[in-house]
Amino acid sequence: MAIESDVLVIGGGLAGLSSAISAAREGADVRLVTYKQSTLRQASGLIDVLGYTPDGEGPLTDPYSAIPELPDEHPYRLLGEDTVREAMSMFDEVVDTYRGGHTDTNALLPTYGGTVKPTARYPDGAAAGLASDDRDLLLVGFEAMPDFDAPHVAAHLEAAGVPFDVRGETIQFPGDLQDDAKVTRYAKLLEKNGPVEVRGRERGARDALVERLNPLIEDEKRVGLPAVLGDADAAGVRAALEAELGVEVFEVPATPPSLPGVRLEDRLFEAFDEAGGNFESGNPVVSFDGQNRVETVYVDKQSARIPYSADQFVLATGGLVGKGVESDREHVYEPIFDCHVEHSEDRYDWFDEAVFGDHPFAGFGVDPDTELRPLDSGGSPEFENLRAAGSVLGGHDFAAEKSGSGVSIATGYHAGRLAAQEAQ
Amino acid sequence: MSDARDPTQFDPVVPNTGEEYEPLEVFPDDEDFDLRPGADSCYKCSTCDTNCPVAEVDDDFPGPKFQGPEQWRLKQTDDDYEIDPSISECSNCLRCDTSCPSGVNLAQMHNTARGEYVDNQMSKLSVKYIRNRILANYRTSAYFASMFPRTANFFMNFGPVRWAMEKVLHVPSEREFPEFATQTFRQWWSERGGAKVHSDDKKIAYFHGCYSNYNTPEVAKALVRIYEHFGYEVMVPPQKCSGTPMFANGMLDDARRHAETNVEELTAAIEEGADVVASCTSCSMALRNEYPELFDIDGIDDLAAHTYDAVEYLRIHTDVRQELEAAEVSGELEEEFAYHAPCHARNQGLERQAIELFRDLDGVAVEDVGESCSGISGTYGWKSEKYEKSMEIGSEMFEHMEESEGTTGMTECPTCASQMEHGTGYEVRHPLELIEAALID
Repeated sequence: MAIESDVLVIGGGLAGLSSAISAAREGADVRLVTYKQSTLRQASGLIDVLGYTPDGEGPLTDPYSAIPELPDEHPYRLLGEDTVREAMSMFDEVVDTYRGGHTDTNALLPTYGGTVKPTARYPDGAAAGLASDDRDLLLVGFEAMPDFDAPHVAAHLEAAGVPFDVRGETIQFPGDLQDDAKVTRYAKLLEKNGPVEVRGRERGARDALVERLNPLIEDEKRVGLPAVLGDADAAGVRAALEAELGVEVFEVPATPPSLPGVRLEDRLFEAFDEAGGNFESGNPVVSFDGQNRVETVYVDKQSARIPYSADQFVLATGGLVGKGVESDREHVYEPIFDCHVEHSEDRYDWFDEAVFGDHPFAGFGVDPDTELRPLDSGGSPEFENLRAAGSVLGGHDFAAEKSGSGVSIATGYHAGRLAAQEAQ
Repeated sequence: MSDARDPTQFDPVVPNTGEEYEPLEVFPDDEDFDLRPGADSCYKCSTCDTNCPVAEVDDDFPGPKFQGPEQWRLKQTDDDYEIDPSISECSNCLRCDTSCPSGVNLAQMHNTARGEYVDNQMSKLSVKYIRNRILANYRTSAYFASMFPRTANFFMNFGPVRWAMEKVLHVPSEREFPEFATQTFRQWWSERGGAKVHSDDKKIAYFHGCYSNYNTPEVAKALVRIYEHFGYEVMVPPQKCSGTPMFANGMLDDARRHAETNVEELTAAIEEGADVVASCTSCSMALRNEYPELFDIDGIDDLAAHTYDAVEYLRIHTDVRQELEAAEVSGELEEEFAYHAPCHARNQGLERQAIELFRDLDGVAVEDVGESCSGISGTYGWKSEKYEKSMEIGSEMFEHMEESEGTTGMTECPTCASQMEHGTGYEVRHPLELIEAALID
């Protein structure tokens, strides 16, 4: 006996969810298993397709026009420009709280560090912060949240030559929260307009925040705050603040732990659920049966091995951070199926001595064929029914290129679709 | 303004990567639970903090990243370090443990720290300690109450008695005590003459826990009938409390005493070829996760490896999914249900199984009311000083229950069920009751 499905997706991050949704939309019976919470919680919530070329040219105006120039082994080259576009259209249909789909051109958004980042899609909540918008800007940070230092960010943006005036102010969040209050605490207070004590009187946190923001606004028509404006109902929090302040309010995309990332994760799981998919979390896939085909994988629950069988499998376990690619002192390897990962025998070749140099490790991962099936060292598919998606793939350095989300969505979409077609 | 360094002055030391490297064993094996190696796996991504239901409503609570790895790091350098009292504000939902992408053992850290705090820093004469001990030993109270269930039901919810309990023991008078059944499950089982189905190769040992024995025997009876329907021989070994309320109150000695009986009796059943199933997700979680992490009892790992949630076991070993697809429910349970996944089901990766199983079952609809914690967390919400926090944590779940189509609740966890009922007035059922209604005439 085993728990069965047409398609089994291993991994619950952006790539796993994209492939699961894509397969479910094709009508397959899809199950997703994920071990721990994904790196979406450590991501800004922005969806980058391609910000810079592997040679460091950029910021790119049009990511799609750069795809034909990419190296042969880059995931985008394997898929082709049209598939990347189709995948982004699927994302736009599924996630209606994001913008940027009206154009091929990258948008430029400010970050917590005060840099300007090229990205293809951004949450509604970040829209009023576009760096291409020439309206003056006020940034406001909270004393107890040192991650976002508004005056510092403003100075950096000025230095980057943005086409507007920008000021940064720091205030105390109403209610005098503890220094290490969690982002979820801010979000909850703002969402519920929860009670806080201000000068001995109990007030709604949102109302009290408006009172502190109002005197700071001069001629600016938009105000940027840390990304803590609500969790389940971020739009409601923003609308309430805008109504009271009479200016547009936006969130600056966050550092970890990131609520915009959490919201995106929630939305994708919801979409997968709506598409009839099944999923479960908390336990790792540790082994499998099969020679040329993967027949069954085993999920480890307190040393009990639970079998899951499927017709087609998708490996979306992440890269070096997500632990889909592991290393020890001798080897770099893919821990579940032991798919081939190309790397030098000498570990001193794995990195560059310059901190921001061209690090080979950043591109470590499985190398697939055009169907996204991981290839063995001889160049044949490891298994005929296993495809890979997202950061577990080699051939790209997402941190340098700003291509992480796009690669996950595009390869996820493609792997899920092919798996579903093959399974039926 | 900015205090960033001038980048032109940055002169890093060249790493001495060319020399021979001999890794040192920093943490040699020892008999105690030394949690520092786990602390070193934490890279402070704060995923755990975003999952903590207490930190979301109380910024005085420093959150799991502090309670777990940071506190163990402090202990590493300071032998006199005292556990921070905020550990008693942790509700033991253990969502932090499930979420951690680096496999830091937050559950073990929290449980061990709580045990140390109660042992070394809490007065054994304080009202809090005495009250917590009574709450943690629910099985003892239930055992006596079940001898005179009607009398107990009357007195436990009798106004003046509750007023006195609030005043003396700080047990909130807002809460309704659960009703005791007039016949316990074990009484029913022996009256019935035990198992009706015998099998050499399909056996399960039922760990019913306290609640389905004393309070909701209908859940336990449903389990017996379902397993017999699938051809299993059901065994009901002698057993005590799983220990969950004791872990949550830092009373590890009490928990160990109960665990010794459970391990002995259940491993004997495993010897006879049975797997162990529990209908309460906190019980299965204790046997599976906490036992091997906290105690070193002969056979405990074997027990952990053979323990399952009752519905999960059916999904793995029987055709329950196919049978439910072909079945329909009519009568009393032909309802729309608002399903809440208990944190301890979530910890075992079971948070979706009820939704999935009943998706294609005719006559019912089951809607997931979302990720929020119910807030009661066993004995946590039964303490006056935590009652409001418990209700604030639960408010999101109450809202989602009100918004959902159904007006009947569903969950696997007895204390979540009482919180759901307390916050919405809905009657709450167990998934096993619905499986029984669908498959058994």
